Amino acid sequence: MEAVRRVISVVVLNEASVLSRITDLFSGRGYNITSLTVAPIPKSKYSRLTIVTSGSMRVIEQITKQLHKLIPVLKVIEHCDAVEKEMVLVKFSSDNSISDIETVCNAYNGKIVNAGDGFVIALVADESQRMDNFLDAIEHFHPKEIVRSGTVALER
Amino acid sequence: MKISGAQMVIEALIAENVDTVFGYPGGAIMNIYDEIYKQNSFKHILTRHEQAAVHAAEGYAKVSGKVGVAMITSGPGFTNAVTGLADAYMDSVPLVVISGQVPMSLIGTDAFQEIDAVGISRSCTKHNYLVTDAKDLPRVLKEAFYIASSGRPGPVHVDIPKDITAQIEVFDYSTPTHLETYKPTVKGNVRQIKKAVMAIKEAKRPLFYIGGGAINSNAAQEVRELVKMTGIPAVETFMARGTLRYDDPLLISMPGMHGSYAANMAMSETDLMISLGARFDDRVTGKLSEFAKHAKIIHVDVDPASISKIVKVDYPIVGDLRHVVKNMMEIASSVIEKERYEPWLESVEHFDKLHPLSYKEDSDKLKPQWVIQRVGELLGECANITTDVGQHQMWTAQFYPFSRPRQLISSGGLGTMGFGFPAAIGVKVADFERVSINITGDGSILMNIQELMTAVEKKIPVINIILNNNFLGMVRQWQTLFYDKRHSETDLSMQPDFVMLARSFGGIGYVVHTKEEFDAALNDAVEKNIVAMIDVRIDRFENVMPMVPSGGSLFNMMLEYKEK
Repeated sequence: MEAVRRVISVVVLNEASVLSRITDLFSGRGYNITSLTVAPIPKSKYSRLTIVTSGSMRVIEQITKQLHKLIPVLKVIEHCDAVEKEMVLVKFSSDNSISDIETVCNAYNGKIVNAGDGFVIALVADESQRMDNFLDAIEHFHPKEIVRSGTVALER
Repeated sequence: MKISGAQMVIEALIAENVDTVFGYPGGAIMNIYDEIYKQNSFKHILTRHEQAAVHAAEGYAKVSGKVGVAMITSGPGFTNAVTGLADAYMDSVPLVVISGQVPMSLIGTDAFQEIDAVGISRSCTKHNYLVTDAKDLPRVLKEAFYIASSGRPGPVHVDIPKDITAQIEVFDYSTPTHLETYKPTVKGNVRQIKKAVMAIKEAKRPLFYIGGGAINSNAAQEVRELVKMTGIPAVETFMARGTLRYDDPLLISMPGMHGSYAANMAMSETDLMISLGARFDDRVTGKLSEFAKHAKIIHVDVDPASISKIVKVDYPIVGDLRHVVKNMMEIASSVIEKERYEPWLESVEHFDKLHPLSYKEDSDKLKPQWVIQRVGELLGECANITTDVGQHQMWTAQFYPFSRPRQLISSGGLGTMGFGFPAAIGVKVADFERVSINITGDGSILMNIQELMTAVEKKIPVINIILNNNFLGMVRQWQTLFYDKRHSETDLSMQPDFVMLARSFGGIGYVVHTKEEFDAALNDAVEKNIVAMIDVRIDRFENVMPMVPSGGSLFNMMLEYKEK
């Protein structure tokens, strides 16, 4: 069966070792994690995880069921129509033309967020595919460091 | 009321009506053992190894349906118990296992007897807790018992640091457990159940495929009624043995790798498989692409994750089996016509006549199958049967006349050698009226042999019947069939004198070469009512047949193989 990409949001009790329960489940049962983001939900006892994974339809079905089976899991949302964003921070040497970098960032709704002695840091937040394109586009500026976050998603 | 964490553990066990705890003390759990010393509400059975404590709790839980409780110390005490936790997890056995842990201030410092216990048990328990404040203890223990016994049952592990057992806090056990994130489904969807019954009505060759869930949900009575009402033939898995009586005319034995010819043919030819609490284990299905090829599948299970995990299901029903089967009967009583399935039943019976489960007698050698049948004849319903893992386990499933649920207690999913004897101790403690028989092999029995001491000391008269072929028989059978008879490390010719061994612990031992000797030994052991080992010298080269080679199709069975 063909592998499909899926974004799954999981609402879990914000308690000790809950993240290991989730990652242990993935490693123990041989599921993929492409990316994982987690943060507490404000004013609640829950956290929200966004997991990007891939697998056959049967595997995806098992992933959602097995996640739901974990005791501290409140809700599992398999996204089908969601707004997805991820974020990247890139550090460039200021030997580059800053305005050129800024132009590329603008094209991807990003901006320069910090500048220091000999470097600038740009931030871009967009969909995963657009992020890949952005990283291709800045390659010739020879970025010194790239940090890319996982995906967050919200169903429309 | 303000009490110590250790006292809280005792109070919680009393509140949960625990009458027996199996365990082994050690440094980190001494505060709790001190409180055990001071109380009279439950008994504590000191096993001689932590693994055995958990298996004994499993035996207790499996035979009684209650939650089994085991207690162990930190570090090696805990790691020794892991096999038991994993075993209980695979077979959905309700357990609460409490372990000591080094004090909070030492956690993470590689302290003496420290190990990340919850890190290890996470993947082999239904849930686990590290208690970091005695204030949480009442809630955690109450949740542990609730989680272990509800939904799909399973083991829950509670790890308690030593300083928490000394901490003094308020104990209030009256707050009901409320878990917003855990709400197991009990009632099945009625529309879905109706659809399933309509599918049964339309089917020509339906087959009940009964699994361990029938026993876990105490649904045997209802399942018996449903089978009788519909006149549909049924197979039961290893875990479900005893759900139907052995002499039920609609029971077509056990399917799978060592299932009967008729059961496997029925599984292959059915056009509607009605799975009641079975989980399509690979030892049952054989090659998946050929499994139940012509069949639509109804699957009733309390665990949604078990449905469509292995095989795509057409009629999924999530719910407690007992509820669902009751619903099914209400609907079925007015729509199902028994006569419709008679031709199918006849062809299944024909399969059974063609190749019934059988073995060939030999005048010189005792056959293991005969021994098991004989135990059945002599003790039948009066015995609870535990087994270890291997050939003897399969022969027991094939040849013992099980007449009630919870009569067979064995390690199905994990296949843990060494399970049988300690489990039989737990079984005997929970059901003292019945004879507790452990049918074992000469390989398995040595894996928890130290429990002779527990059984003798506590006067728990378990009878071990060792089907002794001086081999690690099941592995040898595979080596013979698939490794060109290279019997690598499976020859167990070197053995202890089991009679003297039993005697040295204060039990009784017998060596048996003939049928007459076997009868005499078993009768004597039952009559004397003490811990016994019956060393039965069986045909060394007997194999478990039929056999579906690993990964083969269910209908391609090896029916006979003469090794020597």
